[in-house]
Amino acid sequence: MSLTASSIGRKVAMALSGIFLVLFLTQHFSINLLSVFSESLFNQVSHFMGNNPIVQFILQPILIFGVLFHFVMGFVLELQNSKSRSTRYSVYKGKNNASWMSRNMIISGIVILSFLGLHFYDFWVPEMDYKYIKILPLDPDRYFDELVHKFVSPVRVGIYVLSFIFLSLHLLHGFASSFQTVGVNNKYTKIIKKFATGFSVVVPLGFVLIALFHHLK
Amino acid sequence: MNLTLKIWRQPNSETKGKIETYKIDDVSPDMSFLEMMDVLNEQLMSQGIDPVAFDHDCREGICGMCSMFINGEAHGPDRLVTTCQLHMRKFKDGDTITIEPFRAKAFPVIKDLAVDRSAFDRIQQAGGFVSVNTSGNTQDANAIPIDKHDADKAFDAATCIGCGACVATCKNASAMLFVSAKVSQYALLPQGKVEAADRVLNMVNQMDEEGFGNCTNTGACEVECPKGISLENIARMNREYLFASLKG
Repeated sequence: MSLTASSIGRKVAMALSGIFLVLFLTQHFSINLLSVFSESLFNQVSHFMGNNPIVQFILQPILIFGVLFHFVMGFVLELQNSKSRSTRYSVYKGKNNASWMSRNMIISGIVILSFLGLHFYDFWVPEMDYKYIKILPLDPDRYFDELVHKFVSPVRVGIYVLSFIFLSLHLLHGFASSFQTVGVNNKYTKIIKKFATGFSVVVPLGFVLIALFHHLK
Repeated sequence: MNLTLKIWRQPNSETKGKIETYKIDDVSPDMSFLEMMDVLNEQLMSQGIDPVAFDHDCREGICGMCSMFINGEAHGPDRLVTTCQLHMRKFKDGDTITIEPFRAKAFPVIKDLAVDRSAFDRIQQAGGFVSVNTSGNTQDANAIPIDKHDADKAFDAATCIGCGACVATCKNASAMLFVSAKVSQYALLPQGKVEAADRVLNMVNQMDEEGFGNCTNTGACEVECPKGISLENIARMNREYLFASLKG
């Protein structure tokens, strides 16, 4: 059986794509954070990210592939796992031996996927429309206003906050778990788990605080 | 103690099963769970009812035969014990206890609570051994210096009794903890390193063919394992498998 067809191979692919998405999340968070401190700096960085050909035509397709791969593989694994036990237990106390996060990655994943749909509709689709369909003139100062505009509606901010709570729950299991999957379980595991837990709370919370900052300002 | 037992009854692998309810009185708190089942079976036979089939052998927690899913947990509510070492003092008078077989597609029910765990045997046969020449001039194992740390970890992995609690408790019915323990117990020792690559590839291949689910690192297997086999073994197996696959 080839590496890609094996259960371990698929899990490793899932873990590596997850780590890649964590790196992307860090980068996204860093740029969003700029919006709190400097409108002009946020516009500059956003303009660079939106118009640099390496970012647009190499990194962006890799990112979209990474996102799609992670979700599709997640659903494939979930489907396979559900087939591995045809008769369910009448009593099953999963909470006695595993965290809610670890047992419900598919639920948190679906919430995040739904949010990504909204996020694409809010930012990515208008961006593609602006640059490649309507081909409007470059405006390096539009990004901050577009961001703030999306955080006016309390409903949208509420959805945003809820989604990032689920992202946090997803990361609380997934981040540290990806190291275990790629074979890292040694003297550094305690530090990795602490860092992963910190990241899983701080970064989603940061996204939420940035949204609330712009909503309340 | 007076108890209500809800037990999975299934005449054979072809027939659909269902939960049946039985009352049992005067259960001593000092009885083991299997002794309580023996008393129930005597009661059932005296009533002309087919006794409940369940696996057991040593009743000392070392053979790995007993395999009941009790009140939603493999081997019941206690930790680091098999069903035979679970005692009735863990329950209260008047309790209702639900007893089901270890459930997994790869562990089909033979009858009632007895399941076919020969998938584990086939995984073991696929590579869980060392092909050492034992023709009479075999070197004394103690003549090979082995790091104490590695020897201890190999021994810990070797304490896996192959009961299948890891599969039963995993929400995905994954066998990774069992297979990784068997891979680790050899991979850590010089005698096992010679065939390490083939071993891990063949055992994981067989595991996948048997229809077990994928590991999602919930850690439930480690918690419910009666021998406390560590998740560290799964990480080691993943490493071994990746290196062996890439080496070709």
